[in-house]
Amino acid sequence: MKGLVFERNLARFAASRLMSSFGGSGRGVPVGPLRFTDVDPPELPGTDWHRVRPLLAGICGSDLSTLDGRSSRYFEDVVSFPFVPGHEVVGTLDDTDARVVIEPVLGCVARGVDPPCEACAEGRTGGCERVAFGHLAPGLQIGFCSDTGGGWSAGGLVAHRAQLHPVPDELSDEDAVMVEPTACAVHAAMAARTDTTHTVAVLGAGTLGLCTAAAMAHLWRPGQLLVGARYAHQRRLAEELGADVVVDPDQLVRAVRRSSRSLEASGTLTSGADVVIDCVGSDESLTQALSMVRPRGRVVLVGMPGRVTVDLASLWHREVAVTGAYAYGTEDIGGVARRTFDVAMEVVAAKGLGRLVSARYPLDRFEEALAHAGAAGRRGAVKVVFDLRARDRHRGTRPDTKGPVP
Amino acid sequence: MSPRPGFVLEVDRSTPSTLFWHGEGYRLEKLPVGSRVLYAPEPVDALADPVSAIRRALQEPLGDAEPLRSQLHPGMALTIAFDDVSLPLPPMRAPDVRQLVIEQVLELAAEAGVDDVVLIAALALHRRMTDAELRHALGERIFDAFAPHGLLWQHDAEDPDQLVHLGLTDQGEDVEINKRAATSDLLVYVNINLVAMDGGHKSVATGLASYKSLRHHHNAHTMTQSRSFMDQHRSELHSSNWRMGRLIAASGVKVFQIETNLNTDTFPEQFRFLQRREWEWTARDRAGFLATSKALQATPERVARSIFHSIRAPHKMSSVQAGEVEAVHARTTENVYAQQRLEVDGQSDILTMGLPYICPYNVNSIMNPILVACLGLGYFFNMYRGRPLVRAGGVVIMSHPTPWAFHPGHHPSYIDFFEQVLAETTDPAEIGKYEESFATDPWYVHLYRTGNAYHGVHPFYMWYWCAHALEHVGSVIIVGGDRAAVRRLGFKPASSMADALEMASDVVGRDPSITHLHSPPLLMADVL
Repeated sequence: MKGLVFERNLARFAASRLMSSFGGSGRGVPVGPLRFTDVDPPELPGTDWHRVRPLLAGICGSDLSTLDGRSSRYFEDVVSFPFVPGHEVVGTLDDTDARVVIEPVLGCVARGVDPPCEACAEGRTGGCERVAFGHLAPGLQIGFCSDTGGGWSAGGLVAHRAQLHPVPDELSDEDAVMVEPTACAVHAAMAARTDTTHTVAVLGAGTLGLCTAAAMAHLWRPGQLLVGARYAHQRRLAEELGADVVVDPDQLVRAVRRSSRSLEASGTLTSGADVVIDCVGSDESLTQALSMVRPRGRVVLVGMPGRVTVDLASLWHREVAVTGAYAYGTEDIGGVARRTFDVAMEVVAAKGLGRLVSARYPLDRFEEALAHAGAAGRRGAVKVVFDLRARDRHRGTRPDTKGPVP
Repeated sequence: MSPRPGFVLEVDRSTPSTLFWHGEGYRLEKLPVGSRVLYAPEPVDALADPVSAIRRALQEPLGDAEPLRSQLHPGMALTIAFDDVSLPLPPMRAPDVRQLVIEQVLELAAEAGVDDVVLIAALALHRRMTDAELRHALGERIFDAFAPHGLLWQHDAEDPDQLVHLGLTDQGEDVEINKRAATSDLLVYVNINLVAMDGGHKSVATGLASYKSLRHHHNAHTMTQSRSFMDQHRSELHSSNWRMGRLIAASGVKVFQIETNLNTDTFPEQFRFLQRREWEWTARDRAGFLATSKALQATPERVARSIFHSIRAPHKMSSVQAGEVEAVHARTTENVYAQQRLEVDGQSDILTMGLPYICPYNVNSIMNPILVACLGLGYFFNMYRGRPLVRAGGVVIMSHPTPWAFHPGHHPSYIDFFEQVLAETTDPAEIGKYEESFATDPWYVHLYRTGNAYHGVHPFYMWYWCAHALEHVGSVIIVGGDRAAVRRLGFKPASSMADALEMASDVVGRDPSITHLHSPPLLMADVL
């Protein structure tokens, strides 16, 4: 079975980084460490594991960052090579044909670590302390682990029973493939600890930014939700998903200032947004976030940052809290503990997030797909996915909400 | 030889190309045969001895006012208010007419033993003037005598301690003006008059007023009821200011109004071709046009802006009158019309205009897109009496680069207005819902009071200024403008005049009548 495999090859890694720095994200793929090749289906690691045949598998910003050779070296010990990427997956179980989405985090239960770490014991699987240990090879998630396979392979992947979430019939495949990024957004929204009186600013309106805006609007209904979006289609979607004010990212600080009726000093608003959610993860975005969050406010980092250079004087002086929001697990929703993925399914359904899937490619056109994903904003797209449904078209049991594979 | 009156040229095959201002530059356009080009009257003669004329005006006031000398006495509080940086345009060569007038007023005050004198720049909600601008307007001697002692003020419409509420007009309009001016024994107002809208009761009732007062006439309703606001008999803006001015007088505020007319001698010798009729250009004019055009093409925008804003106009005082406000203003307005009036036979389907680099609100600053709209649709469109130059449902074509650029120090609220308000609606009646939040925004208030920023509400006023034109015309096209900025204004961008005329044909048909307003110099069209 064909699939895409990411190998440890420093020369190709460097070439990809060089190429993408000139050509743009996703452009280094032809010279990088990703190969389209025959892939054996992974072995089942245990009795509670299932084979999953991917239907749609999304291309995420963290995938692109890895392919571009730009991901932080922090991750070196928590991935294992060679691995098949793809952690945003809707697929079918090999044994029952049931449609499922994968919660890809490889926590203690999946790794056979017993007793589980404190985070996993509390249901915070995203915070698992054992991602490099247990009976599996190291790997934060399916899609970064050599033992599990990933969504970018026709040969499929393996997932522990605890990682499977049945997909209701009402959700299309496109909706379902958006559940994983939406779960990240839900987790970020909960990390924001906001309320209906707050001003919340979301920086960035790619997949994560739009899903975060949707989750924010659905879960919190903040007093005012502002989104910085660079492209026209992103602005339109942000408005449709519940943002009150949508502006160009360069205008977001001014919009927050207007909203909060703040003064300015030292290039920073004197009051500002109660919460800023940074869905970009760059020097510029973090600097911008710190300049527009109010004193004692909260900055939530959702976009995966690497090494950044930021002046933290205002953070210190204004006692700003900066927190990361990675993955998902269990959320406290109005005093009730709920799985993040369950909440995400609800948000996806309520907001119709399947509409964010802009283009679908077969695996063998991976170079085009990744270039498209790397330039999604400029090219009027949001989420680009691999479509592995061709072999299953005869099934006809799933809602078919989109046209044929481009 | 007396100056020639204005002229309406009908374009024929032999007519040379017409000069259009285009921001910090200009272009030559070949208008279709049959188009009309309106040329302003030539500048009227300057007063041979302006200082003597000022003295005479102060000694022989109009209306029921006493000569200024007899109104001055020891122990009195005297306030001299003067028009701000928005006049004249371009700024005039030194000595500025304000300096000439105020020197004479101060001389009389000194002779009378008046030692409580304060000068106030009547900013209304405009930006504070810089020291350099004040020095230019008042001259070094006055600036140095007053500024270091804290006796040269800039009106602060946001300082409650500096304001006094005088009451309501019979139409319920608040009249709140500068307390020092209102409580002085005498308020002398020194005006520069370039257009018929300025001066009269508007000087004090607007120039020294607060937002609470100004909002009664600076709004979309008033502007659509002012047809035009340059015609005081048909201007609701004028009527409102007059009601307020009369209440100010009735409240016991004693105003001695001094108004000056400047001639329309607008550009210095090296740019003289800008105010000549093209077919009369000399070899030197042509050379000047070519040389400056070429040079400007190779000049960065910022440098070109700096060059143009360094122009000092050779305006000269053509008349000065003083005394009771309404009597003075009647004479001033007469002079304005006498100098600028041009009779035009009927309206046209299309009105074209070339917009220059400057308007009242971007002296030493950037002509941002909102000001482009205001200059074209506010000022130039309203330079008429009777009927607009363009018919109802017609098309206005303006030429200007319209950059998406703002001076952050001068126009901070304009940026937000452009980004947020105009992104939602360009309807002057609709934008009012945002006005209060901009007007009371503490950051804008802070910048207005302590920096050199226009008040937070000012961009709304600029848009209200366009309200009459926006209601009247069917379409507005900007030639050579930044496309995104033009679209944000709600207008259509065109890359050339030919394209603009083609686009206009969708609205006015394929054989439209066209009138070009060849201005500046300024002209007032009496449209029959």
